[in-house]
Amino acid sequence: MDILIQQIINGLTTGSVYALVALGYTMVYGVIQLINFAHGEVVMVGAMVAISVIGALAGSGLPPAAILLAGVACAMPACMCLGYLLERVAYRPLRHAPRLAPLITAIGMSIILQHLALLVWSRNPLAFPQILENPVFSIGGAAISGVQMGIILLSCAMMVGLTWFVYRTRFGVAIRATAENVHIAALMGVDANRVIALTFVIAAAMAAVAGVMVGTYYGIAHYTMGFMLGLKAFSAAVLGGIGNLAGAMLGGILLGLVEALATGYIGEVTDLCRWPIVSGWLAERCAADGHVVLMGSNYQEVFAFLVLIAVLVFRPSGLLGERVAERA
Amino acid sequence: MKAQRHPLLFWAGVVLVAAALFALPLVLAMAGTAWVRIANLAILFVFLSLGLNIVVGFAGLLDLGYIAFYAVGAYTWALLASPHFGLHLPFWAILPIGALLACVAGVVLGAPTLRLRGDYLAIVTLGFGEIVRILMNNLSSPFNITNGPKGITLIDPVRIGGIDFRAADTWLGLAFSGPVKYYYLLLLLLVAVIVINLRLQRSRIGRAWVAIREDEVAAKACGINTRNVKLLAFAMGASFGGVAGGMFASIQGFISPESFVLHESIMVLAMVVLGGMGNIWGVIAGAMLLSFVPELLRYTVEPAQRYLFGRLLVDPEVLRMLVFGAALVLTMRLRPAGLWPEARHKREFAGQAG
Repeated sequence: MDILIQQIINGLTTGSVYALVALGYTMVYGVIQLINFAHGEVVMVGAMVAISVIGALAGSGLPPAAILLAGVACAMPACMCLGYLLERVAYRPLRHAPRLAPLITAIGMSIILQHLALLVWSRNPLAFPQILENPVFSIGGAAISGVQMGIILLSCAMMVGLTWFVYRTRFGVAIRATAENVHIAALMGVDANRVIALTFVIAAAMAAVAGVMVGTYYGIAHYTMGFMLGLKAFSAAVLGGIGNLAGAMLGGILLGLVEALATGYIGEVTDLCRWPIVSGWLAERCAADGHVVLMGSNYQEVFAFLVLIAVLVFRPSGLLGERVAERA
Repeated sequence: MKAQRHPLLFWAGVVLVAAALFALPLVLAMAGTAWVRIANLAILFVFLSLGLNIVVGFAGLLDLGYIAFYAVGAYTWALLASPHFGLHLPFWAILPIGALLACVAGVVLGAPTLRLRGDYLAIVTLGFGEIVRILMNNLSSPFNITNGPKGITLIDPVRIGGIDFRAADTWLGLAFSGPVKYYYLLLLLLVAVIVINLRLQRSRIGRAWVAIREDEVAAKACGINTRNVKLLAFAMGASFGGVAGGMFASIQGFISPESFVLHESIMVLAMVVLGGMGNIWGVIAGAMLLSFVPELLRYTVEPAQRYLFGRLLVDPEVLRMLVFGAALVLTMRLRPAGLWPEARHKREFAGQAG
């Protein structure tokens, strides 16, 4: 039971980070019907910038919370500029090109960003300075740390803020109108170029926060960290129904839970010694070792892809998506 | 093969190119055996690009996990011809098995993704490539199949009729080192692969692939069984990758999951895109270009940096990836159909398609 609660807490934590990144994918997809392939790299840059700032301020005697805030405050504008740059370099010039073209430029940008980050911040993983005290609370035998609570609460706040922005402001109306139909939105006086750029910038701002969260949670950042995180967040966006804000949030949290629970239990489930069909040679090994585990927690990265493939096969429009399945 | 050429001139050209290709390793060997190895790897990348070209260029299905099939071929060879399982099958048995297994992997990937196109397909294939890599890394316990991250060593070389392709030999007074012999073997295979590709492109299946690429619904309406034809594209592309992987394992003698990461997939994709999707000669040129230029960079940039700045500022490996990234972006921006585009693609990218 403790393991169950613990894995749910862990899942909620990673899930809310996935949700923030997935929102970026889904918003961009909403306005231009393309996947921002370099979005994961934006998360990475956010984490890296925050590390540099926090590392520089760590000895300055400022209160830890202020240092962390300064890190976020620098990471966000940096990532927003990056998001804007991505849109201008990789997407805007190719808006009327065949769909393969912007995808390939985005892959190119993603490689360039990764290796520039390698040059700037070294090939080795950087340790995220642990400046905050991290008190641990206990819930029903499981532990939840202050950082985990912070991540979950901050993500919720950001999702609420984003929902308010999209549904209650003029910019939000413009974004939704563009997502509905670019041409008609343009006829209504919406500057599509500005709206699309704005969407990239907002997505990047959330990615920056997500990057800082991941860095603080795992304690390290690496120039390749954006790749896997981006893939998982994309899977989350597809799971929820791409183009749908609530879907991305739901998908992110669900994916985090699925991953945490699957990682927590797969070792037990695939332990051949627990199965009734143990015989001969296997029985000897079981008697000697106690466990013959087919798949351990080292398969953690696989689950997101399995979820992605399962969703695309059985419900391509995602849990909350309403659009048609086939997207050319 | 668009313009009418004088047949004699054409054959004279073929003979010249053949002679040049035949003499190439002997010339390269003078510069060092390392260059012959680089040429061999370049030919392997031509294999891979031609295989990926079937999927991306002909059928228009963006596959970002292509290196997985290379991995399947390489691991098949490694497991069937190394002390790891104590098996030492001959090469004519392994190569078809590797191609077949890669083909099966292609169908396994293709089947659930038939309904997807464009960016969705790209992400799913990327995920598939990662799954294969994770499997290679982890299938070492409880049953040791792939030996995990340590990889498999002491893989057998190709042996045909008593000729060991890794050992050096002297024939007709000329010394042939291992890599040089492999070069000729690969060249033979390459000719076969190119011929197969050319025939495929102009066949009924090739035209069906192009039809699907251009408009899947219309292709279906014309009576093309899009499901089977798409699966065939995946299977064909994958089996080329499998053959290339097998040769890679036998040439290197050692493989590990490190060789089959996403970057390799992207590199092959860059070759196809840069050369010109769908055009066989363009793809070959792209593969050659992106295989040799980074090596040249390695040999020029490093000394140049040391000379200019006194130390190494940018690692050539990093520089190579930066060049790849920039090549992808610039090609799409400046020549979206590639350096040597296929005629039909050229029209498509020039017009306001999409």
